[in-house]
Amino acid sequence: MGICIDRTKLQGINYIVGDEDTLANMPQVSPRRRFDEEVIEFLDLLSKKLMADKSSRAYPDIVTLSFWMRKASVKNLAKDYSEKEGIVPKGRGLLFHIAPSNVPVNYMYSLVTGLLSGNANVVKIPSKDFDQLPIINKAVQAALDDMPSMKPYIVLVRYGHEKDINDALSQHADGRIVWGGDNTIATLRESELPPRAVEVAFADRYSLAIIQADEYLKADNKAAIANGFYNDTYLTDQNACTSPRIVIWTGEKIADAKKDFWKELYDLTVKKYEIQPVQAVNKLTSSYLAAANWEGAKKEEMPDNLITRMDLPEVDDTTMDYRDNSGYFFEYDCKSMKEIVSLCNNTHCQTLSYYGDSLDFSELMEEGIKGVDRIVPIGKTMDFEFIWDGYNLMETLCRIVRIERGGRND
Amino acid sequence: MKSYDELLAMEPYSLNKKEKTKVMTDRLVELTRHHLGNCEQYKRMMNSVGLDEKALAEFDGEEKTYYDLPFLPVRLFKELKLCSVPDDEVFKTMTSSGTTGQSVSRIFLDRATATNQQKTMVKIVSEFTGSGRMPMLIIDCPSVVKNRAMFSARGAGILGFSMFGSKKCYALTDDMELDVESVREFLDAHKGEKILLFGFTFMIWQHFYKELVRLKKEGITFDLSNGVLIHGGGWKKLVNEAVSQEEFKQRLTDVCGLSDVHDYYGMVEQTGCIYMQCEHGHLHASVFSDVIIRDPKDFSVAPHGQAGIIQVVSMIPESYPGHSLLTEDEGVILGEDDCPCGRMGKYFKINGRLKNAEIRGCSDTYAADFKQRG
Repeated sequence: MGICIDRTKLQGINYIVGDEDTLANMPQVSPRRRFDEEVIEFLDLLSKKLMADKSSRAYPDIVTLSFWMRKASVKNLAKDYSEKEGIVPKGRGLLFHIAPSNVPVNYMYSLVTGLLSGNANVVKIPSKDFDQLPIINKAVQAALDDMPSMKPYIVLVRYGHEKDINDALSQHADGRIVWGGDNTIATLRESELPPRAVEVAFADRYSLAIIQADEYLKADNKAAIANGFYNDTYLTDQNACTSPRIVIWTGEKIADAKKDFWKELYDLTVKKYEIQPVQAVNKLTSSYLAAANWEGAKKEEMPDNLITRMDLPEVDDTTMDYRDNSGYFFEYDCKSMKEIVSLCNNTHCQTLSYYGDSLDFSELMEEGIKGVDRIVPIGKTMDFEFIWDGYNLMETLCRIVRIERGGRND
Repeated sequence: MKSYDELLAMEPYSLNKKEKTKVMTDRLVELTRHHLGNCEQYKRMMNSVGLDEKALAEFDGEEKTYYDLPFLPVRLFKELKLCSVPDDEVFKTMTSSGTTGQSVSRIFLDRATATNQQKTMVKIVSEFTGSGRMPMLIIDCPSVVKNRAMFSARGAGILGFSMFGSKKCYALTDDMELDVESVREFLDAHKGEKILLFGFTFMIWQHFYKELVRLKKEGITFDLSNGVLIHGGGWKKLVNEAVSQEEFKQRLTDVCGLSDVHDYYGMVEQTGCIYMQCEHGHLHASVFSDVIIRDPKDFSVAPHGQAGIIQVVSMIPESYPGHSLLTEDEGVILGEDDCPCGRMGKYFKINGRLKNAEIRGCSDTYAADFKQRG
């Protein structure tokens, strides 16, 4: 018999999918190959179950997830990881995931990544009762019932802040994936991992957007751009690590572009966004804090509190210490990419989203900046990819076996 | 700048809307100009919304009034050191009470502003208690004011009201037990005199009223029918106990005959300008300050009867730029110049603190930067 997790340490766990037996025995589960066929079949089955459930349709995030898990989609993603002769990527073993508590579907992306990289997974799912959770979890259960061979690979749990449980799961983990930001990471770091284990920790991050004004003015899909930007920001109260907190403008006709851009966005927020009084007061506070810090900072006049814009006279690596959420945007008019080097030279800087094909990021990449892990078009900041937050998850979560043939000792 | 003493000559509830608008606009514009010239951070903040000396000249009290002046959210006093006098003129620093881990507001007072706070408060409170000092029963424990280096809101409230007391007695021990003997002795010594009682609403309920009820069952009673009670500090904790304002008053009357009871609303950021509750249960703005209700959607002025975020303006603050503030409380104006009690000016009620927003996002700290004010 191999090693099991000490069941006495698992008291207090609420099993959403799977049970204590499955969890206790997880350290013995055989890792699979990366993009294992059976795993791909399972995800396709899960995707079908979700799409067949009428209640899924009300949730765009479930629809997106289902679409992403389809066989065709996964096969396409796998193309980037075609195997080389003599290199065998396999799962590391058991992954312990801590999902963020206030994003509904994120835990599934974490789980699916863990499965496709060949691992068994215990996932601490959000503690909040999002409507999406029972729909998804029911589908996961149904898919497992149809394909019991996958059961040892998936356990979804909920528990409080019990350190004993964190300790027990970490102690047997070959990899730990921590979402939820700096505080959560600090808490989990108190629970030791085995020497060989890897950890992927998604820290508090912030993101930027850059728009080429002249190209934007020529765009005939301004409403669609606004919609993409809305999804990047307001959909998560502009508080996701991927949400732009500053809009950097380049080009000639910046004033005209700003007018159109914010007008389009404003029309959307009026229709879709509900702002709480506290958020409005916080944004006003933040705008004054920024003004007190930068002489020459200007608050742009807007019809109401849905969008708050602070025009900054300069930007550097401390600018984002003053960021806020719920529709609070810094703006900066930029002549050359060089001006934003300092802003990007911060390990907290994650996604740079853009509009304008003429934008040249090579200058920025040549600089020795510590930030910017992703550069994606506006509207795509939330699209999950295996390369995320500066990690290539399909490499990090795998053990890469190298086989050399033909060697002879002579 | 016009001296505050001239303004102080006004009767606290004597001006109607039109008269008040003129007087208030003049004074607040002067204060704004003063702080623009003496507090660099305030100047930058005002400049960021387009307010400077030139723009200030347009405030005539008719087309542009104090309603059009910007307001600073109170949290700024936790984040920034906002002071309009040189450090060596700061005579005391008031802080809001904050529980562990929370930052506190810091309000910098020079002698003039501190004195004006006191004088204003005397004018307002005397309207309800009559002039002259009275024996004062403080429904709190003595230790709350002991540490004078840092004033907590509770301590500051007690000290502020202490100037109305001739002889003072703390009704509670430092263990928050009712000091029956001291109270009995104090009441006996001042039989027939009008007594001022002061304390925080929840303290009164928890440690005074409940104990009086218990003692009454044992046959021990106190007669406070000649007392006037002023209490403040909000209803939040009492709402949990499902006690309404009316019930609070009625129960006090029932247990000890106390019927002259006034709630008040005020904050450490604008000490002096307190809002007293009249005999009709309405909180009143005096001529020295005002409340404006702001629509959370766009911060426009909400019509009377519509709930919104409370803005407070005060004629007092000279040593710190706190003359126009946006609170984190929700309230509603009930009327203006027409309260049945006869007092001019606005009367209103407080609905409570703004609800904390639970925002989304992948970091788990929701609304962490919205810190609760003590």
